[in-house]
Amino acid sequence: MAAPAMEANLSAAPATQEGFGRASFQRFSAAILRNRKATAGLLLLLFLAFVAAFPQVFTRVDPNAAIYPQAVGPSGAHWLGTTQVGQDVYAQLIWGTRLTLIITVVAGGGATLLSVLFGVAAAYFGGMVDRVLSVFIDIFLIIPTLPLLIILAAYLTGAGTVAIIAALIVTGWAFSARQLRSQGLSLRTRDFLEAARVRGERSMYVIFAEILPTMTSLLVANFMGLATYMVATAAGLQFLGLGNTSEVTWGTMLYYAQNNDAIQGGSNPWWALAPGFAVVLMGVAFALLNYAFDEIGNPALRAVRRPRARRAA
Amino acid sequence: MRYIAKRLGLFLVTLWAALTVNFLLPRVMPGNEAEAVYASMRNAPPSVLRALEVEFGVNVKQNVVLTYFQYLGNCFTGQFGLTVDRVPVMTKIMTSLPWTLGLVGVATIISFGLGTLLGVVAAWRRGGKLDSVLPPLLFIVTAFPVFFLGLLLLLIFAVTLGWFPTNGNYSLGSTPSLSPAFIGDVLSHAFLPALTLVLTLAGTWVYTMRNNMVTTLAEDYVRMARAKGLAPWRIMLDYSARNAILPNLTGFAMQMGFVLGGAILVEYTFSYPGVGYLFFTATDTHDLPLMEALFLLFTLAVLICVLAADFATAVLDPRTRET
Repeated sequence: MAAPAMEANLSAAPATQEGFGRASFQRFSAAILRNRKATAGLLLLLFLAFVAAFPQVFTRVDPNAAIYPQAVGPSGAHWLGTTQVGQDVYAQLIWGTRLTLIITVVAGGGATLLSVLFGVAAAYFGGMVDRVLSVFIDIFLIIPTLPLLIILAAYLTGAGTVAIIAALIVTGWAFSARQLRSQGLSLRTRDFLEAARVRGERSMYVIFAEILPTMTSLLVANFMGLATYMVATAAGLQFLGLGNTSEVTWGTMLYYAQNNDAIQGGSNPWWALAPGFAVVLMGVAFALLNYAFDEIGNPALRAVRRPRARRAA
Repeated sequence: MRYIAKRLGLFLVTLWAALTVNFLLPRVMPGNEAEAVYASMRNAPPSVLRALEVEFGVNVKQNVVLTYFQYLGNCFTGQFGLTVDRVPVMTKIMTSLPWTLGLVGVATIISFGLGTLLGVVAAWRRGGKLDSVLPPLLFIVTAFPVFFLGLLLLLIFAVTLGWFPTNGNYSLGSTPSLSPAFIGDVLSHAFLPALTLVLTLAGTWVYTMRNNMVTTLAEDYVRMARAKGLAPWRIMLDYSARNAILPNLTGFAMQMGFVLGGAILVEYTFSYPGVGYLFFTATDTHDLPLMEALFLLFTLAVLICVLAADFATAVLDPRTRET
């Protein structure tokens, strides 16, 4: 009874998969354009990426050159004022975009990868593997992240940005892994996975070619969510003076501003406000995309349009 | 009962994992507390380093397994040794702890209560005024990193308007007492840090509670309750909210780690001398014993909250009692 069905599956598999890939891409871009949140988030992110890639377009001032009047407020010459040692805050803001964005994307991507590894593997293999991995995920969920991160960063003083990114990844993946696990569990009994199993595919193939593509919108949403978390967390860590404080990022700008009482002393509040709002802006960009992909994957969350709802009822 | 036993098992395993991480980190990572103190002294002969190593009990050649069990024993009896400035770790923690308990405790309860209530009402009147105003508002607030929100409130309400003090837990020179003046002083110092925490935390609760409510409101038993003609507030609270809050309880406890992280940043921003601030100064001065003890304290706090939430879920949700 199973034989003809299997045969049909075998012959149909490559064609449908290719079609599915292209269709899902089209479905995705259509969904992004139709969803206002997604469009706004994407535009914002593209703008930030452009600033990160071509800072020279926006400023010709060297962000490290301490050659200007010290700690003055915004003026025509220095749009956001200067720092305590006479650097241009605007130039630092522009040049700081690059490393801030890199840390965010790499840490968010790494954590997504780790969460896929643990979450999907737990769901796919089930049984003992699932139980062990679940306990492991739970431990990482419970252990307070920021304190652990601060301890790691304190031990890694002078170890540089790569070490900080690693610490961010190690402490940040667990929540997403749990979500992916429960999504994976709900897929387990679907026919197309049964079919792959009956065909005798290797687990790696099933996970990467069969399970992950069906989770695309959840994966993208998770990456966006993790990136949102990373923007704020990395900034917080640098704000405390952890990590490499000699590199210009929005977080280190906030650290120096706070250490020189830019806000409490009132010399140049924009030294702290500008990078702070920039962090918010980047967070908003990723969060908008996160919410949008949540909605694409789970239509129940979409805002109700009143007139239509009434007509349906 | 099996549910509680399972959760208790997780409690013990996590506690053990945290203890072991704490034990391993200083041994894997470079540097130790004796070197940190030694580095802060100028022109001290190497013999001083040796003496410090003996005092802090580091670099002592001993069986690792034996040291590990000694360490576990010390943790259970609350002996965390000396800080870098040679004060018992527990003494330092105990002077800071009440301030954090007050600040974080009040802020968490307010934000959970307020957030849950707003979420329930927003979902109940889905698409209504509250439901259309809240999400964008919360979205913007939660996009602010907790420390930057603190800095903004500081700039607006303390520096510009001068309504609240900029830092500390009470005014310099005033003596702690139970007089109304002193209590007022303490409250005005705690207000901005507490507000920062409430604003950052409440958003998550509103969002998750609203989404849970939306799901439960579509359930058959809610339709049944409506058909029976029950009072709307009974349907809202007894039928929907009660079930919607269940998954939130564990989430609430799990978030405690996030709350503590937020408390560290907020206390640092406002120079509020609680355990969060203490933790920051410990990392700044490389005070490893203090850092480790505080990390354990934070983990334990989250664990106790998770366990409490599990008990509450077991009481509220009959399904957990059977499996």
